[in-house]
Amino acid sequence: MVEQAKMSVLLVLPIVLPLLAAALAIIAYNHRTLQRIVAVGALIAVVADSAFLLVAVERDGVQSVQMGAWPAPLGITLVVDMFSALMLVISMVTVLSVLIYAIGQPGVDHDQPVFHPVYLVMTAGVALSFTTGDLFNLFVAYEITLAASYVLITLGGRREQIRSGMTYIIINLLASTLFVVGIAWVYAATGTVNMADLAVKIAQLPSGTQTALSMFLLVVFGIKAAIFPLFFWLPDSYPTARMPVTAVFAGLLTKVGVYSIIRTQTLLFPQNRPSTILLVCAGLTMAIGVLGAIAQNDMKRILSFHIVSQIGYMILGLGLFSVAGVAGTVFFIFHQIPVKTALFLATGLVEQSTGSTALSKVGGMIRRTPLVAGLFLLAALSLAGIPPFSGFVGKLGIIQAGFGAGEYAIVGVSLVVSLLTLFSMIKIWNGVFLGTPEDPTLRLASATSEERLSTPVLMRGATVALVGVTLAIALFAGTLFDLSERAAQGLLDPSAYIQQVLG
Amino acid sequence: MSFFSALIVAVLFSVGVYLLLQRTLSRIILGLALMGHSANLLLMVVGGRAGKAPIVGAFGPEDTVADPLPQALALTAIVISFGVISFLLAIAYRSWVLTQNDEVEDDVEDARIAQLGEAEMRRWWSRPR
Repeated sequence: MVEQAKMSVLLVLPIVLPLLAAALAIIAYNHRTLQRIVAVGALIAVVADSAFLLVAVERDGVQSVQMGAWPAPLGITLVVDMFSALMLVISMVTVLSVLIYAIGQPGVDHDQPVFHPVYLVMTAGVALSFTTGDLFNLFVAYEITLAASYVLITLGGRREQIRSGMTYIIINLLASTLFVVGIAWVYAATGTVNMADLAVKIAQLPSGTQTALSMFLLVVFGIKAAIFPLFFWLPDSYPTARMPVTAVFAGLLTKVGVYSIIRTQTLLFPQNRPSTILLVCAGLTMAIGVLGAIAQNDMKRILSFHIVSQIGYMILGLGLFSVAGVAGTVFFIFHQIPVKTALFLATGLVEQSTGSTALSKVGGMIRRTPLVAGLFLLAALSLAGIPPFSGFVGKLGIIQAGFGAGEYAIVGVSLVVSLLTLFSMIKIWNGVFLGTPEDPTLRLASATSEERLSTPVLMRGATVALVGVTLAIALFAGTLFDLSERAAQGLLDPSAYIQQVLG
Repeated sequence: MSFFSALIVAVLFSVGVYLLLQRTLSRIILGLALMGHSANLLLMVVGGRAGKAPIVGAFGPEDTVADPLPQALALTAIVISFGVISFLLAIAYRSWVLTQNDEVEDDVEDARIAQLGEAEMRRWWSRPR
């Protein structure tokens, strides 16, 4: 009983703590230092709490709490299995690093009193979407995250931000409306929105109804996750926000979409697996994302197209629907969240010291800031999947699973895309870090030498920490891959999940 | 489910989609609002037959009351779309202040890349061979 009470507290903390901290940060509207202490304190506590949850899940299996003690399937259930726990830990670590980076960067939270409250609300939304066991509650979690992200992406109100923020909001609002429609259909067919209960009841539906529901939810989450052909909004809208905001969106928001695809496709529709369509979408997402990246001439835009491309690998692993494939996907997402964020943070350091991220304008950064060059290189090699970095382990897992399933065509595509990823990382490297020094019209030329080289220590520190996390993932790849495998087993055979929720 | 409610859902949705495909922001926002209404109405439709207020024991036996869950879901969805549409209107106003028109703008960087691509194409076709 005590154990159960303790677990219920641990499970709600990742959602409640950031929300309380957000309220405090609104009260401390004009006290920036107080806001910072509250925000950082809350996120450190959430990171510790998610680590506890991971340990608890590792030891005792799936954990769940019924909100307000309403028995499932009547009330809202929060569930943490291995997959959610892994996602929760890595995303909270990433959110914390980006917050510290944002505090360090001049002009992000300084003249924006709403930054901290909104950022914390977004964190709560992300945590809720990873832990909820209720389809409608997942919609609410999405809306919490998105409402906060709408404010973050347009914070500052520059013309460029308003233009792209508008696209972002409209697309996401459309996806949310479709999600409500999807929930209505699911409810009409089954009479429940609890996911564990749905897993039981959807299995009794006619196969045509199952396919319709499954495809509809795939489209809804496909927009959020930016898979082909629903990705076009992403490379346009992400690069215009402030760098910490872009970094945290790049790291987290699309992955929340991928998480939902994996959760719904494995838990709700186990007899009706859209393997072929997922594999085709995965191949096209990878290929078109990376080809789009090659055409771009700005670091932020190149990296934004790579977000799309990497989503393809995650869908590929899922599309195989084998323990090996899904384990590869889980590991790959776990590695991708900090790596992608670290790349954007390093790009932010370049922008901070030169005032631009255009390949044609910046150059010779390796001599000016070798630290930034080193950080970018480590993260870029990991993204491209060069051994011994973490990206290699994830891609190897997925590709091996692909060979195991005999899907040679898609494995071939993924290998070519990997090479093209490396090519476009080299393009950034040659343009920004090697090459001739920058355009004299940039801020760099007019600034004194100290001004141009010094990026605030918190910004550098946060980037170093996050790159450190990606190296640690490579170092402990064995343990993490074992955990990913257990997560995959739990996903493909959700009986423990259903048992835990319905009792 | 009555035929009329289903028809209203369908009409609202199609009008919403039509408005969403327009080029002016005010129409797009109206379209999104209509689609939101349509989705909420759909939630009510799937709740099954109409009935008495769903308060246990207050209005007679349980099988005469309406299903409360879709009502709760629709209420939540209404509040959320109200908030987001208000924010969207504020952004649209900001856009109007900045650009003095109501049209959706194109992505500048994207247009530039497309131009580069076309130039490259022309050079390729007119190369000496």
